Parts: sequence; C-alpha cells; structure tokens
Amino acid sequence: MLARRIIPCLDCDLGVPGGRVVKGVEFKQIRYAGIPWELARRYYEDGADEIVFLDITASHERRETMTSVIKKTSESVFVPLAVGGGIKSVKEAREVFNAGADKITVNTSALKRPELITEISDKYGNQAVVLAVDAKRRYNLEDGREIVQTPEGPCWFECSFYGGREFTGVDAISWARRAVSLGAGEILLTSMDRDGTYDGFDIPLTDAVAKSVRIPVIASGGCASPDHMLEVFQRTDASAALAASIFHFGEWNIADVKRYLKERGVNVRV
Amino acid sequence: MIAIVNYGMGNLFSIYNAMNRVGADPKIVRDPDGLKEAEGIVIPGVGAFGSCMDQLSRFEGALLQAFDEGVPMLGICVGMQVLFEESEESPKARGLGWIEGKVVRLPEGVMIPQMGWNSLTIKRPVEMLNGIFDGDMFYFVHSYYGRPKDPSVIAATTEHGVEVTAAVAKDNLFATQFHPEKSGAKGLRILENFVRFTRC
Repeated sequence: MLARRIIPCLDCDLGVPGGRVVKGVEFKQIRYAGIPWELARRYYEDGADEIVFLDITASHERRETMTSVIKKTSESVFVPLAVGGGIKSVKEAREVFNAGADKITVNTSALKRPELITEISDKYGNQAVVLAVDAKRRYNLEDGREIVQTPEGPCWFECSFYGGREFTGVDAISWARRAVSLGAGEILLTSMDRDGTYDGFDIPLTDAVAKSVRIPVIASGGCASPDHMLEVFQRTDASAALAASIFHFGEWNIADVKRYLKERGVNVRV
Repeated sequence: MIAIVNYGMGNLFSIYNAMNRVGADPKIVRDPDGLKEAEGIVIPGVGAFGSCMDQLSRFEGALLQAFDEGVPMLGICVGMQVLFEESEESPKARGLGWIEGKVVRLPEGVMIPQMGWNSLTIKRPVEMLNGIFDGDMFYFVHSYYGRPKDPSVIAATTEHGVEVTAAVAKDNLFATQFHPEKSGAKGLRILENFVRFTRC
C-alpha cells in the first residue's frame, strides 16, 4: 500500500544571489527561512518524502538561479523534487527537468493556457505534471458551481493565480477535474483561507477534491502541527500533506512528525 | 567505471549523482563503444516501452555482449521492463528478452500510475538487497510491471492492487521497478551493493 507522504515546501525568493527560502502569511508578510539547497538537504536527511520548490519571484531572468538551486540540491538529495513558479512553456519545463527536477508544478500559466498541461505531460509523462490549485472559499452561491458543505456553511472554491494576487472566477473543483483529463498527474491543493493561519488544513476542500479526481492530492495550507496532518489523513483521501513554516522555523522535525503519525496508525515511511 | 546508458530517454542527472554519492565512478555513455570498458552498466528508462526500445536498439549488441561476459547490470524502471520479451504498453515492440515473460498493465481500480513510496516484500535474499528488509519503502512511478514466466527470478515484490514485481535478479543482472536513485538512504544502499558487486 502506498505510504502517505510528508512534503516540505520551499518558497524561494530568487532575487538574491543563490536564492533564499521565505514564508508568507496569507500569501503576504514575508519571513526569511534559509538557503534553498541547505534546507532541502536538511529535510531530506530528516526523512522528507519529496521536496517542493516554488519560485515566488518567477521572473524570467531568475530561471537560471532556480536551475542552479536544483542542480546543487540534486547532488545531495535523493528523493523526488518538484519545481514550480512561472513555467509557461515546454521549453521552460525542459530547463527545469534537465537541472534535475522530477516534476514541475504549474498554476497561472495552466489557467491561462490549459493546453500547457497536455504539452508537458505528452513529453514527460503525467506523473511529471503537478497542477497547483490555490483555492479560496466563496459563500455567494452561484449556478454551475460545485458546492461544498463546510462547518461555516455551504461554499464554492475559486481559483486564484499570480501567487494569490488575482482571482479567476474559475471553480477549483471543476478545474482540478478538467486538468486530470488534460494530463495532470497530481494536484497540489492550497487553501488560501488557511495558508499561513496555523488553523489546520481545509478538510472539506481537500476531501471534495480528493473525491473528485483519481490522482494523488497534496493537501496544503494551514498546517501547524502533526495533529493537523493526522486530521487530514484520517478525514480525507489526501496522498500527501505539505507544510512549510512548521519545518522552517524549527517547531517540528520531519522525523518526529512521521513517528507521531505512524504511532497513530498512518502508513508513512519512517 | 560504471556506464549509465544514455539512449535519449529521460534525465540521467539523478542516477549520475546518486552513483557519485556511493563512491562509484559513473560515466554517461552515448555510444555502444563506450560500454566496452564498463565494470558495471546501468540501464535507466522513462517513457513508453516502445520508444525506449526504439532508442535502445542500437545498444542491443553491446549490451548482450556485456551481459554474456558477466558484467554486472542494473535496470531501473522502464530499464527493467525492457529486459522482458514484450509489453502490453507497446504490443508491436520487442523487448530485449533476457527475462522470459511479459510486461502488463496495473489492474483497474488502483491509482495509475502508481506514484509514491511503497514497501517491499523480499522473495529471495540476493546480494543486491543486502541491508534491505521486508517493509522498507522505495519510490515507484509506473503504470506497467513485469511478470516473469519463471517466478524464481523475482527478488522482491510490492502490493498495488495486485502483487507487483519490484525487483528481479538473474545471473549478473539485477533490475528494479522502483527508483533507487530517488528512494533515500535505502535506495542508495542498493546502488552501493551494485557498486560493490562490480568490484568483486
């Protein structure tokens, strides 16, 4: 049986030499966490099942910084690496794969041009394309929306792009389902309502998306403790839980989190 | 020198780095001639069975010669599948056929591709699995798996809807459906076993 995965996420600001890992709250307020490849190596040694790098600067001239970060990381990190942020074409994806990435994640560029998912998956396989969905609850119920019941009332989920700065009007659950048919192999699902809040994962959102698609869903946004991971694994079919701050700022070590989950019956790799 | 066969299918950076890490002297080899001095040969592979075989065919003679001479060989992922005779993925393509049997699709009803960490059941304690125990987890990404005619070549299995061949061993040949280069310390241990094997 496949293990549930624990994935640390490194949001990278590549506007400084060598890059740096930062962490925002609700996609704003930035805090400095460390050097990307050093943090990646520490997490690998602690037992991370995979590592996600997101280029939050994502301008074209910084692509080279990202490829050098991946190259350096893959010399000492031997678990899958996923890389995203501003990848708009197969050519840009190729640069990232050639540097040592196993998967790329796309969000804004795929919402603007959904065929990109197909173009990359045709060349590198479905497993190499992760669709990142940044979803925000909307309580104004409209026709044609996928309505989800939550303790706060029924809502639908709207996709955001440009790192949470703009909204699309696109229904997140329908979009996830469509992305699967276009060739996405995995969904990285971030709750914008929970991101940076330390309130735990958005369980109704994660559950709804995991039930709608037959590919792995990575739950993201709001994780502050191993209990939050336990909750998302017990209450949804999420394949993986992603977190940033709790690992970056020394609150929890990945090995301890995995031991905690295993003791409570979650199938994780320890 | 350990040759990593570069036949144009996929990124060899990870396997190269992992081999370096375990103290091997890896070299990415683009021509069949480059296999002549190899003390060990790695056959990687991603993508479809048929396109892998198309690209690999120019290496077939050199690989067969090395296999016959007893050079240790390691197939990884589709690099394991091409050792079989044929595959449901590409019915018109012919495999290397060093292992009798067929590559078949994972059953309906499970997540395809299988992507993630799954645990091994060891069927045969071969040298390549030194330091690896039942329940150890490895990273898999695949939609098809090899089903050998002779089950005694199976070294380890995993479970994904059905019992899936995870590793085969035959003479100087060892192959894994999972990616040892992406499987953390346990994966590196297998690569280390392989490197040690090339030096015996």
